[in-house]
Parts: sequence; C-alpha cells; structure tokens
Amino acid sequence: MNDKSLIGAALDRVDGPAKVTGQARYAAEFSPSNMAYAVMVQSTIPSGRVRVDTTRALRMPGVIYVLTHDNAPALPQKGRAAVNPPAGRILSLLQDDVVKYNGQPIAVVVADTFENAMEAAANVNVAYIAQPAQLDFEKEKSSAYKPEKLTRDPPDKAWGNIDIGLAQAEVRVEQDYSTSMEHHNPMEPHATVAHWQGENLTLYDATQYVSGVKQTVAKTLGIPAERIRVIDPFVGGGFGCKGSAWSHVVLAALASKAAGRPVKLVLARTQMFGPVGGRPLTQQKVVLGARRDGRLTAIRHDVVSHTSVMEDYAEASTMPTRALYACANGATTQRLVKLNVGVPTFQRAPGECTGTFAIESAMDELAVKLGMDPVELRLRNHAETEPSTGKPWTSKRLRTCYEMAAKRFGWSKRNAAPRSMRTAHELIGWGMATATYPAHRLPALASARLLRDGSALVTSGTQDLGTGTYTIMTQIAAQTLGVPLSQVRFELGDTALPEAPVSGGSMTAASVGPAVQDACLALKRMIVDAAAADPRSPLHELDEPNAAIHDGWLTTRGGRRLESLAAFAMRQPAAIEAKGQAKPGEDEKKFASRSFGAVFVEVRVDELTGVLRVPRVVAAYSVGRLFNLKTARSQLQGGIVWGLGQALFEQSVLDLRYGRFANGNLAEYHVPVNADVQEIEVDFVDEDDARFNPLGGRGIGEIGITGVAGAVANAVFHATGKRIRDLPITLDKLIA
Amino acid sequence: MQTFEYERAGSIDGALQSGEIQGSRFLAGGTNLLDLMKGGIEQPERIIDISRLPLATVTELPDGGLRIGAMVRNSDAANHPLVRTRYPLLSQAFLAGASPQLRNMASVGGNLMQRTRCYYFYDTAFPACNKRDPGSGCAARDGYNRIHALFGASDECVATNPSDMSVALAALDAVVEVRGASDTRRIPIADFHRLPGNTPQFDTTLKPGELIVAVELPPSPFAAHAHYLKVRDRASYAFALVSVAAGLDIRDGIVRDARVVLGGVAHKPWRVEAAERAITGKQPGNGAIAAAARASVEGAQPLRHNAFKVELARAAVTEALQKARGRA
Repeated sequence: MNDKSLIGAALDRVDGPAKVTGQARYAAEFSPSNMAYAVMVQSTIPSGRVRVDTTRALRMPGVIYVLTHDNAPALPQKGRAAVNPPAGRILSLLQDDVVKYNGQPIAVVVADTFENAMEAAANVNVAYIAQPAQLDFEKEKSSAYKPEKLTRDPPDKAWGNIDIGLAQAEVRVEQDYSTSMEHHNPMEPHATVAHWQGENLTLYDATQYVSGVKQTVAKTLGIPAERIRVIDPFVGGGFGCKGSAWSHVVLAALASKAAGRPVKLVLARTQMFGPVGGRPLTQQKVVLGARRDGRLTAIRHDVVSHTSVMEDYAEASTMPTRALYACANGATTQRLVKLNVGVPTFQRAPGECTGTFAIESAMDELAVKLGMDPVELRLRNHAETEPSTGKPWTSKRLRTCYEMAAKRFGWSKRNAAPRSMRTAHELIGWGMATATYPAHRLPALASARLLRDGSALVTSGTQDLGTGTYTIMTQIAAQTLGVPLSQVRFELGDTALPEAPVSGGSMTAASVGPAVQDACLALKRMIVDAAAADPRSPLHELDEPNAAIHDGWLTTRGGRRLESLAAFAMRQPAAIEAKGQAKPGEDEKKFASRSFGAVFVEVRVDELTGVLRVPRVVAAYSVGRLFNLKTARSQLQGGIVWGLGQALFEQSVLDLRYGRFANGNLAEYHVPVNADVQEIEVDFVDEDDARFNPLGGRGIGEIGITGVAGAVANAVFHATGKRIRDLPITLDKLIA
Repeated sequence: MQTFEYERAGSIDGALQSGEIQGSRFLAGGTNLLDLMKGGIEQPERIIDISRLPLATVTELPDGGLRIGAMVRNSDAANHPLVRTRYPLLSQAFLAGASPQLRNMASVGGNLMQRTRCYYFYDTAFPACNKRDPGSGCAARDGYNRIHALFGASDECVATNPSDMSVALAALDAVVEVRGASDTRRIPIADFHRLPGNTPQFDTTLKPGELIVAVELPPSPFAAHAHYLKVRDRASYAFALVSVAAGLDIRDGIVRDARVVLGGVAHKPWRVEAAERAITGKQPGNGAIAAAARASVEGAQPLRHNAFKVELARAAVTEALQKARGRA
C-alpha cells in the first residue's frame, strides 16, 4: 500500500485478530496470583441509615473479609478529596451509615471464589432506618434550581432579545418534549482488579480514562499518584459510564488492602443500573418563532433534568440550540431537580441527543405549520456562524449533508401529507432531522521509538473503547514515519505511557492523533539526522531535506532506496526515542468547531397494533477528515443504532415507592437487537478541518446518536398524524 | 447463589425417586431455572439434571396426533417436519420465543414451567412478591404494571405467564403427561397452568416430585388456517405484550371450529371461548373477525399502566384471525 493513502483508508482493525481469538485481555480477565473475589452489597432503600451485620457472612465458607462502614478506613475529607467533576465524583465509600439511593454500595464481601463471595453477600444482614426520599420528579419540580455550570457553558445563555424575536414571529410553535432515564449498558460491565504490592497499587480497570482513575484513586486514598498504575488495554464499550472512577474502583482497592490479597470486583448487569451513572430524564419546553418564509426570529429552550441529591449533573440539552440555527434572538435555560437516585452522568452525546430530539421535533412542527418542506426550512435557517457567539466555524459542510442524504434517501418522492403513504397494513412515514455534536480536543502526549528490528513502538496512555484507536493511531504513525502498517505497534491503556485525556466527548482521535503525529515526525527527524551523521550509512552527507523514509526504507528525496530501517536500526547502540505532544491552538478561542449531519428515516407503523419498525436510515455527516473509513462508518452506524434505541426502546423505569429501577436488567431494559436494525446507510462529505486540528478530523464517537430520535418522531408523525413528544415511542403511545 | 447438590438422573424412575426429596428441582435446559437461581429467586437445595433422560423424541401417534418428549429442544420441535406441517401454529410460537441460542437449550417440558417475568418477582430487592415470598404482598398491583395481567388476576398477584409455546398448546388442545412416584397423569393443557388466586406461588397444578414426560397433541383441524401473532416492544428477544394463537377450521367457506388463545394477559394461556363462538358457524369475514376480537377483551380488568393492552389485544386478535383466514 502506498503510504499516502494510509490515513483515512478503510483498513481492518489491527486488534481484530486478537479480539476474535480471545487474546485481547479486558480488565476482568487479569488475574494476579492469589487473587480473591469481591462482591458489592447494595442498599435496597433510597434514603435512610443502614446497619450492616456481617456475623453470618463472615462464618461462611471461603470468606476472607467484609468491608462495611464499621470497619472501612477513614479516607481524607470523608472520601471526597478527589471531587472535581467531571473527573471526580461524589462516591459511596462506606464512610458513614447514610443511604442516599437504592443501589448504593453498603458492603463489599471478599472470598476465595466468586461463588463463595456471592453466597456470603446474600447473607450479609442489613437493617435500615428509612427516611423520606425524593423520588417523584413531578413533585420535586417545583424546587428546581439553576446549576453552577454545564460542562463548558453557563447554564443559561441568551443572545439578541427573545421578546423582540417573538414579537416579530408570524408563526409560532410552543411545545413540551420529554426523554426518559437511560443506562449505558456497554457490553463489558465495569470491572476492577486491585493489586497492592507493598505501597504500590496496580489497578486493572474497565475505564475510558486510565489517568483519571489514577488521579481519582490517589487523591481519594490520600496516596501519591506515582504509587498507582492503571492498566486497561481493551475496553468493551464505555459510552460515558466509564469516564469516571465510580465507587467500586476505590472499594476494590480498599477491599484488597484489607484482605491482603489481589481482589477482582466485577459488577453484575443489574448493578449497572444506579451506581455507575446514567442519562437523566429531561423535560424540555421549546418555543420557536418564525416569519412566513420560514426564517426563525426567536428560539427559546428551557430544560429541566434530574440529578442526584449527592451531586449536580446537568444534561445539557440546550447546547445544540445555542449552535444549530441562524436566529438573532435566543434564550436557553437549564434547571435541575434533585432525586434520591445514583449520580447521573455523560451518556453518548450528552445534551445533544436529548436536545436535538426536542429542537428537531419542534422544527418539524414548524415546517408543518408553514407548509414547508422540513429540509428547506433548515436550509433557510442554516447558521453561517455560531448563532449564540457569532464565531465563525473552523469548517462546516452541513448543506452538502442535507443534499447527499436527501438524494440517497429519495426524499423528493415524499408526499408531505400525513398518512399519505402506506402498504396494505402499514402506514409509512418519512422524517428527517439535523445531527450535531461539538468538537473539542485536549492536550495529549505520545512517544515513538525505533526498535532494533527497524519497527516502531508508538505509545500513548489513551484508550480504545472498541472504537478503533489502535487502528487509526497505527495508521497515523505508519504514514508519518513512512513505514508499512505491519512495522508499527501501537500501545495504549496504561498510565506508565505518556499521558492522554479521557476517551469521551468524541475527543480521542483529534487529541491523541496529532500527538502521535508529532512524536513520529520527531522520530523521523532523529533517524534521518542520525543516518546523515553516520559514516557507515549510505545517507551520510545527505542533508535532511534531501533524505526521506518511505515504506520502511531510508531513501533520497526522490525515493531511491538507500538502506532499510532494519539495517539502520541494527547499528544503533540504543533505541531511538522521540516524544510528541499536541494541544489545542489559539484558533480554539476565535472559532467554533462542531460536527453536523443530516439523518433521514423511514418508519412503518402497523395500523392495527401500532407496532413501529424502522426499516431504513440514511445519513450524511460533516465531521472533518476521516482517519479510517471503515471504523468511522462503524462508529456512525453504531451511533444510529443507539439513536434507534433511544427513539424506540430505552427507558429505565424508576419505581417511585422504592426508588429502584423496575426493569434494571437487559431482559426488560430494551436495547435494539439485530432484528430491529435494518438498512443503515452512512455517507461522509469530503472535508478537511485543518483549522481545528493538524490532521483535519473532528471526532465521530457521538454525533451518530444525535438527530435520530427526532427524525423517527418526525417520521412517525408523517406516517400516523400523531406527534409523539415523549421518548421512547413505544406502541402504547401509538395505539391509544 | 446458594450452594446446592447436583445429581444427573440416569433413568426416569431414578429421577422420580430423587425428586421426592424435599428441596429438589428438576433441571432440563436450564434457561430459566439457572437465571432464577443466580438472582436468588429460586434456591433449590438439590438439582436433578434430567437432560440426558430418553425423553427427546417426537413420535407420530396412531390417531394422527403427535407426542413430543419433554426433553425435545424448542428449536428441534419448531423445525420438526410433522410439527411444521400439522401444527404450524406451534412451530410459529416456538420461533417467536427467545433467541436461537436459548431455543437450542430450552426444552418443551421446561417451557411449560417458565416463570413470570414480573419485575417485582425477578428482583429480590423488591420487598413484596407473593409469588416469590408468599404473604409479602404484591408490589406490582400498585407499581409499574405495564406488562401485567388483564384477566384472571387476584389481589395477591397480577403476573402473567411468559410462554409462547403454551399459548399455542392451549389452542391445540394439548395434553401434558406427567409421572409421579406412583402414577401417570394426563393433564389437559387448560388445567396445567392455574390462576393465581391467593396462592400465586404455584404456577401449575403439578404435584411435588411430578415430572413432565411428554406433551401430546390430538390431530388438529387448524393446520391450514392458523397464525401465531406476537406483539412485543422490539422485533425479537422480548416477551409478548400480547400474543394470540388463532386457529380456524374453515370448510365450504364456513368456520366450523375456532381457537382464540391470548398470551401475555393472564397467569395462564387465556383461551377466549366467547371469541371462538363469535366466529364459529359464520363466514370468516371482517365483521365476524371484529366481533370475535371485541369478545376477546370483554371483562378485561386493566391496571394503571397496561390499559393499552386491551386495545392491543383486540387489534392483535383481529390481525391474527385475518392472517389465519389467509386465502380462504
């Protein structure tokens, strides 16, 4: 393969063979010798005080230790020393007897086998003094309050003058939309293996952020960070829940210390509903004002979401509203309602996916009122600059997305009238929506080393959540160095490697990619310099500008092969190593960076039973340059599948008497299965966002989910004439 | 998970003998029992593995009926040529259930013994479930009861039976053959599962220690006009919100006999004879079908979150009968 085409090529995953042959080791698959097993016991009431009697459990076969609030070591600041969201959370670390949510860890049982630990955990006697709990969002809404901030923005943001904008409006849409509590449920549950060797702690932890876990655990335990190493070479999906180090990580470390043995703590699937975050429910009021020609004069979006009594987390659904459409007058607010539930957190496209459901539904309602094609309405309000700040975009090709996806979908054949398209038993609906997700990057470090066999070992302490980090970093390194893919090995998932940011917010490729490129450029220069200085090298006396590396060979600038890297490397007294780094440039402050897309869906609704299926999704995205067409397509398709889950199925149902999720398991918490996922076609517009990032890419992990629920709801309206403003769109809402 | 003894039965008599011991449970495919044990809902002291007993054959009966051994896997039963041709309703019901992997493990006898998917039964952290812990109350009646019963429920229990197979068996007048230590009983399917009453801990009329050995099907007049419709929240791998087993015996354009059995709406497969009467003796036109559909939901007693299932059941019966009628 010509090295020019490596970046962006639709290559298979370099870690694919390891995964399909079982060689890839996930956190729970590390088993240090003499390891014991830990099982977490959780509260079954939402609020009160707890008394934990371990007498019986301690007498059971194989039990080594039971950690409770009675014997847990006192941690600095009662376990809150690391609290600095988003990297640190308020954890439940057995520092007192207070229960704040149903599912809160209240004990950890350590035994010689998993089975013995499970059985002993069932025999821990727990008594409660229950206290009143805040569980009903509707009741608590009257005490909604303004959070200090969203992740990057103030909670409230206004531009122009909303009252003037509304006064100018000739047509107005004002509606309430709502979305449900959801839980991430990556295929790999959270897992931590804690191994103390003297004062040093090694954690094998299922995480999106090895360095974050290191910092959180160090501060929480009050030990120097240098004594902790976090390892996680493979992650089986994260979607946000593995972005924070939750209680079980610290508890595993405490349990291991107390037991005097390495300890493995793996959450059961049912334990994924509560102690490790979830998407908050939202209630969203949207007001759109427009002139008859469709141009928006006012856009108002007021969002209330739930958080935990323990900590503020706001689902920033107003973020897309601040960036999506050209409108001179806008007002957005975010409020929170505290409930006795586990702390909610970032879940794939936090804010944008719930927010686009509301905004894109409202835009569709406006299009219906205006009698205008929904694509045309969006084109008329296309934002040439970011509306709430006036900043220019680093790059934006949304118009092309609408055009490409509409054409491929066959949108021009749509009869706009609801219930106008059908088969014998089914109503057919076509709907569309805009997708969007912001682009950010953070500082990252990398290193590149030429090994004695002429291959390169390139490393960064980043993570691969199954997204393709190994693959794209290998591609970037190989192309930058001028060596074949097979001559690069990329390593990640270890705090012993150069530090990299959280794999969240769709930032990994755009943050780590340039650092890898930087390290490889530096290594290349070092190699060429060393060769030029080496009298035994055929490159000797060639100046750097006249020397190059191509396909694993040192060459002249013209490409004539002079010496293989392997031959060169063999002569070196030591490995040659270069460090690389990258961070956002000054342009970040002057420009706005955001990815966009257009999603078109077809739904079929059974006229009798209300059964809703989505046979076809066609989408096009403006996400900057792609690093690997194949893994990129997988990311976008996977995001769309998530969008279908949000649109049709996903809903954690809180029982308001017990504060416990009624359907807290994968049999009853429905995510799409293969039969629900039919045609999904994804296209990308050709784009290179060099202003955002030297490699030109913006990040693609999350945008796929956005817009999908809105497009489905719009298609359902087109099919049935019913506007469903509450997710998920289950058949009971259609049959009523 | 509580420690338990495991024993592999070498013969039916041996299994019955072991089954007499207090705290024993038979293990067939394990697709439900093992889940329940892991969740702490079932805590048997002794497991008697019957999966290798010679109960895995399908035999044609002299009268043209069929005898399906209790250990026949759901996937094998679904795809057996005689099941497919003579009892397509049953084949469809099997294939509507679970996933291919589960159907490859699950047995016919075990499917009859499936326990409810009521949220409050399945999670021992909920304090009230009379089925799991008699006398503790019913958290579902005033809780989240979207998937719960419309018919035949009691103050003590509003759970539904989750089996698809059993709904089809009820439409096919199946007989369940069970063996106890001293006798063999032949239980009509309608009497096999029971309504909860004030003893919801009992799903069936099996006596302690009894072992299901086979299900027998009489010759069916519904092979040409049958349909199993399962309505669920997603396209596969979900339990029925409502299902319908519909069979029509149409001769000379007239419905001579009919079966309408609803699943997902009661503690047992819910046969609706009023619906069957509404269409029997008539031409299977849309009017007769509508009358049958209306009759099928008469007397429904919806709960707070499952009222939609009344309309859904009516719609599902309509669709199932239309599809069963087919080209007639």
